[in-house]
Amino acid sequence: MTSEFAVELRDVVKRFITPEGNEMAAVDHVTMQIKNGEFFSMLGSSGCGKTTSLRMVAGFEWPTEGEVYIEGKAMGHTPPFQRKVNTVFQSYALFQHMTVFQNLAFGLEMEGAKEAEIKKRVGRALEMVQLTGMDRRKPKQLSGGQQQRVALARALVKTPDVLLLDEPLGALDLKLRKEMQLELKALQQQLGITFIYVTHDQEEALTMSDRIAVMSKGKIQQLGTPVEVYERPSNKFVADFIGESNFLEGKIKSISGNEASVFVPGLNAEVTGTPISEGLVKGEEVTICIRPEKIHIADREAVQQNMFRASVTNTVYIGVDTKVFVDAHGVKLKVWEQNRISRLDPKSFYTVGQEVWLMLMPENTLVLKKD
Amino acid sequence: MLQRLRENKSAQGTLLALPTTVWLFVLLIIPLILTLIVSFGRRSPDGDVIYTFTFDNYIRLFGYSTDCPEGQAACFDPLYVNILGRSLSLAFNTTVLVISLAYPLAYFIARAHPKKRNLYLFMVLIPLWTNFVIRVYAWMMLLRKEGAINIILGWVMNALNIPFTPLEMLYTPGAVLVGMVYEFLPFMILPIYTSLEKIETSLYEAAADLGANSIKTFLRVTLPLSMPGVVAGTILVFIPVMGTFIVSDILGGRQVILVGNLIQRQFLDARDPTFGSAASLILMIMTLIVTYFYTRKFGFGEEIVVA
Amino acid sequence: MNPFRRSPFVIAAAILVYTFLYAPIIGLILYSFNASRANVTFEGFIPSFSERVVMEGSLVKSAPCGPFHWYCDLAKNDDVAEAAGNTLTIAFTATIIATTIGTMAALALQRYNFKMKPFSQLALYIPIVIPEIVMGIGILTLFSQFFGWINETLNLSGDARLSLGMATVTMSHIAFMVPFVTLVVQARLQGFDKSYEEAAMDLGANEWTTFRRVTFPMIVPGIMSGALLAFTLSLDDFVITFFTNGPGSTTLPIYVYGLLRRIITPQVNALSTVWIMIVFTAVLLLQILQSRDSKQHS
Repeated sequence: MTSEFAVELRDVVKRFITPEGNEMAAVDHVTMQIKNGEFFSMLGSSGCGKTTSLRMVAGFEWPTEGEVYIEGKAMGHTPPFQRKVNTVFQSYALFQHMTVFQNLAFGLEMEGAKEAEIKKRVGRALEMVQLTGMDRRKPKQLSGGQQQRVALARALVKTPDVLLLDEPLGALDLKLRKEMQLELKALQQQLGITFIYVTHDQEEALTMSDRIAVMSKGKIQQLGTPVEVYERPSNKFVADFIGESNFLEGKIKSISGNEASVFVPGLNAEVTGTPISEGLVKGEEVTICIRPEKIHIADREAVQQNMFRASVTNTVYIGVDTKVFVDAHGVKLKVWEQNRISRLDPKSFYTVGQEVWLMLMPENTLVLKKD
Repeated sequence: MLQRLRENKSAQGTLLALPTTVWLFVLLIIPLILTLIVSFGRRSPDGDVIYTFTFDNYIRLFGYSTDCPEGQAACFDPLYVNILGRSLSLAFNTTVLVISLAYPLAYFIARAHPKKRNLYLFMVLIPLWTNFVIRVYAWMMLLRKEGAINIILGWVMNALNIPFTPLEMLYTPGAVLVGMVYEFLPFMILPIYTSLEKIETSLYEAAADLGANSIKTFLRVTLPLSMPGVVAGTILVFIPVMGTFIVSDILGGRQVILVGNLIQRQFLDARDPTFGSAASLILMIMTLIVTYFYTRKFGFGEEIVVA
Repeated sequence: MNPFRRSPFVIAAAILVYTFLYAPIIGLILYSFNASRANVTFEGFIPSFSERVVMEGSLVKSAPCGPFHWYCDLAKNDDVAEAAGNTLTIAFTATIIATTIGTMAALALQRYNFKMKPFSQLALYIPIVIPEIVMGIGILTLFSQFFGWINETLNLSGDARLSLGMATVTMSHIAFMVPFVTLVVQARLQGFDKSYEEAAMDLGANEWTTFRRVTFPMIVPGIMSGALLAFTLSLDDFVITFFTNGPGSTTLPIYVYGLLRRIITPQVNALSTVWIMIVFTAVLLLQILQSRDSKQHS
């Protein structure tokens, strides 16, 4: 390996002309470094620039500004067929007029591989995705899941340094998707090649990735491990996009190292939390973020810090959890309470209008810069 | 070089479109410009074109004449204006008749069992694939005084004991109308069928569910949704009818003269290409105006492609 | 509600229209067996075979081919053979060229943006929205003026003089066929997912290989139907050919038209019948091939 990074995007900008004639930056000054052997995900809703970034790595698009490096080499306007990366397409893009075998052999033929070698490698690839014996079928004769595997095998048979996957599981049903997630992850670990994975499904990204780049409006919002991204979202967008969050608006009363005291007018109280954003100062307007499952709920008061009274407005039972919606002095909050006890007795639920106490742990109460 | 072309998408497009564009420019645009130039010219005694700039041909076409009775210097001669009017009204009548024949058949095919649709469509196409000229000839044989239609009418009248003299049908405006309708009928059936076939069954079900009976469903759902097909078909029928000269030539004899006949005779018999060019341009402008207003009102149907 | 239910009115109308479509053709075929040379009324079939043609007035009493006399007569007609040869030569040549350049144009219009695009698009719509005769006399004027100028300038004489003929007819046919090819291929390209090509390139195929191995095989049905349409347009064309043909380039429609203005023997009907049969068989074969092809793919 010539470089520490399998793929690197340096200050990449991609502008398009919209049909209305306006210029639009689909990717706006994006820098990221993807390590060798890493399972890297780009996560965001449609139009966030994740697919465009991936397509620039594949070579289907060229950056307007900045540079894409693969194995340390600047790609410039290198066409896709001269890059040692391969793509699994969202639509699979299996050649309908070729058999499964011909689909897999296509890439090897382009390398000028001998017939015997092609046969051997295609056979191995089909075995890897458990499709042995399907080689003479046409793509249309396969199920969605099988087509997905063929698309994967077709890219992997080329033994690329980096495999690019553009929402590869999007067309599968939920159960199959979950199975494939684990399979893909196992395959990646077994082969040890770099995967760059584009998805809009946060759970998928959290399940599979070593690191995730959360993107929005062409920019990277946060880049980190799944735990970092979930536990320490760097801004309100990430906190809102990944998982669910309660947001409270307030003003910093005092700040020292890893503790900040914030006055929240809605609660008419001070809340102690952990400062996340850099350079927060006293008197600054901030947003407090806390995950619903991290709020403790109790039916009586305990003498503790960060404890607030609220009244229950609704409860929803969803099996694993019970969702409790509360109103604290006019501020609406949601609390997920795990169903550790049996809920068969209707009395085990909080009733609407019941008075409860909420406790926020300072380490889970994140103080973020206001957007 | 290759690298440069690879990066220049615009140059790739230009190169790909170039042969067609050049071909159409030379054999379509230039001829139209030439026609325009010639139409302002004058005919030389031996039938050549003298390039000048005169509106004489247009003035003549719109009725100005110096060949007047009783010593008048100039007068209105409606000959050519009548020809233009006749062509327009024939094209209009043909289109209306073709729609009223094509629509029920297209509807029949579109609502036939999917397995039978192809056969029915195929049956529409077979007459279309026999040659245009042959089709006119077939009608000539049918419409003749001794032709099949008169023979069958004769049998019927005979059986009913009504005295019958064979009808003179050939070489009448009616014969030309029938011929035109026959020639262009398939061009209306195909686009209407395409737009009808696209309508999903669930729409009919929704209409029924909302309380529409079959007539109301047809008027409020089917008909509006099939309009693109009717529009496309109209364009495919109206324009060629305006310019065709064989149908009127063979089925109309010398009785029914249309713009097409006028132009053809100016070029091949009268040898006055300047007057023929002027007539041709007027014909083109007439069809463009009608198409323009028609499509502006109803939109340009994509269905035009299928036919 | 049964979506395939149709009212008796619609069925009756359909039968009527089909009758209208087929009556002339059936009549045409019937008269090709007419014993009457004058071919005005149907005088029955030619009753018997004989070594030589026996006539009685204008009625054929017996002939070597019996009822098929007019078909045998047709087979001996060199003019028909020549016209048929011309028609096919023109149709094949024009179809090949029009399909090639028309497909290229369709790719350009569907995939690329370029300065000339609006102009190309406009030029492609012209033959559809103007009557054929306008195009025909325009092309005639172009060729006659251009040829006249060349002949005079170069002082050509005799056979060297440029004149209307096979070349001018073929070129003109291409001009009116190209837009139809382009429209049909473009319609097919609209549904073509670009990721197939990206996948090919991703797997290491360059632009040309991608086109040859992926794009072309996938749009071949569209190109074929464009070519078929172009071919039938060329076979059927009368107006453009009428104005651009010259000595030695008479096509079948022009030949038939010429006959219609003179004496019409049942030979014309025989010719028409043969034509209809050939077209019918060809289209039937194509349909069978196509349906077999689509069955294989599904």
